[in-house]
Amino acid sequence: MPLLWWTCAAFGLFGLSLGADPVKKLEHECGKTALNLLMITLSVTPVRSLTGLPQLLRLRRMLGLFAFFYAVVHFTIYLVLDLELNLRLLGADIAKRPYITIGFTALVLLVPLALTSTNGMMRRLGARWRRLHRLIYPIAALAVWHFYWQVKRDVREPLLYLGILALLLGYRLLRWQLRRADAHPRAAAPGALTSTSGSATAPGRT
Amino acid sequence: MTPRPTPIAPSEITPPEVYFSRRTLLAAALASAASGCVRAAGGEPAGAPLAYERNARYSVSEKPNTYDEITTYNNFYEFGTDKESPSEYARMMRTRPWSVTVAGEAEVRGRFDLEDLLKGQPLEERIYRFRCVEAWSLVVPWVGFPLGKLLARFKPTSRAKYVELTTLYAPQQMPGQRATVLNWPYVEGLRIDEAMHPLTLVVVGLYGRTLPNQDGAPLRLIVPWKYGFKSIKSIVQIRFTEREPNTAWNVAAPHEYGFYANVNPAVDHPRWSQATERRLGSPFLAARRPTLPFNGYAAEVASLYQGMDLRRYF
Repeated sequence: MPLLWWTCAAFGLFGLSLGADPVKKLEHECGKTALNLLMITLSVTPVRSLTGLPQLLRLRRMLGLFAFFYAVVHFTIYLVLDLELNLRLLGADIAKRPYITIGFTALVLLVPLALTSTNGMMRRLGARWRRLHRLIYPIAALAVWHFYWQVKRDVREPLLYLGILALLLGYRLLRWQLRRADAHPRAAAPGALTSTSGSATAPGRT
Repeated sequence: MTPRPTPIAPSEITPPEVYFSRRTLLAAALASAASGCVRAAGGEPAGAPLAYERNARYSVSEKPNTYDEITTYNNFYEFGTDKESPSEYARMMRTRPWSVTVAGEAEVRGRFDLEDLLKGQPLEERIYRFRCVEAWSLVVPWVGFPLGKLLARFKPTSRAKYVELTTLYAPQQMPGQRATVLNWPYVEGLRIDEAMHPLTLVVVGLYGRTLPNQDGAPLRLIVPWKYGFKSIKSIVQIRFTEREPNTAWNVAAPHEYGFYANVNPAVDHPRWSQATERRLGSPFLAARRPTLPFNGYAAEVASLYQGMDLRRYF
């Protein structure tokens, strides 16, 4: 849908416009859409368990693949429309510009996830599939970092994304700790036990 | 003798006093207040027409950007950090009456009405390249006069080594100032020899008409060989100082934005390259071009920095 909207804007259809710098506009909008979709993909698991709607899981692959699609479009616009296919500039940017290095790394890391998203690959990889797809956590962190670092001064928006990411990853960390505490109740130190058991009821209540 | 591509008989030129009578200025203020509507109607230049002559000696032959491009893609954080925000919100700023305070190391100090400052200053149009530190660029037909001619009137003393310029601070009119993105008010500065250089302009117009608010009405600075953030907008104070002024971007991120901020393809911004730039409004896939030292004005200004390490004084 966003892509359709921008295509109309690029050709000035329906009174839409991309402004004086359409290339930057498209580049930024695609990047942000990829980031939004990454965040939505990461929220599937928490929303699913909090609402008790297991069927949401079926959306996750589609959302993840859309995120990958927009990340690829974002990179293509950068390479073709922004750098105008100047590969020397591309090499210099990836090697020397930390925010581009980070963004490019995130994109490269998304490739194996997209390639192994089929049912066949899931079956073939078994338990390793889950481990591989945990890469989405560092990828999301790199994507937010990429956004934060390219902003000139006004970091309010990237910080908002950082907050959302912290919530999404914090939820998983909390669950993981709770599960570990449940599995080895005696292994934990007495102090830690009381503090985790205090919050253990929290997810149940929400 | 300055070549004149469009000869205008001296008798045809309206005297500036007539143009800058209060009534005309009031009309201009109304026109610029309505600039948003005018732009939406078709991108025709808004504002009151000005009397000026083109100064071909200081103009480039590159094709100027459209009025629409110059007035809808602005960095004017006082109205928000998006490029489109200034064109949406700048009409909130009242540019008449307007006065400028002159302070510091000068014999003539005080508060001056804009009309008094502009009286007797013949206006000229110059087509300058404009290079933003964000690596995009424009070509703009400004209307103004050399800053040096204005500063000379205040008789700076021998202790005036720098000039500090300040933008209006009015959060009621400038919604962007309600967030501390930069330390308000915006401050910029030049070394006195940079300020007196004939290329350095006080600008009051664009495309032959009074400046729209989003481009820094009613008067702004243009220093074509420096990154755009040096060219401060909507100036309310001029202060002559002995010490280098603390300028807004330099204070905000000293390792990224130097006091000098000369356009220099050899010195990158810590986060991005300055070797090339994208000229807005260019044909498809033909926008990127190499950035020129001093934005193409090296012949005129490189001597100002003789013996200086431009990597250190970036």
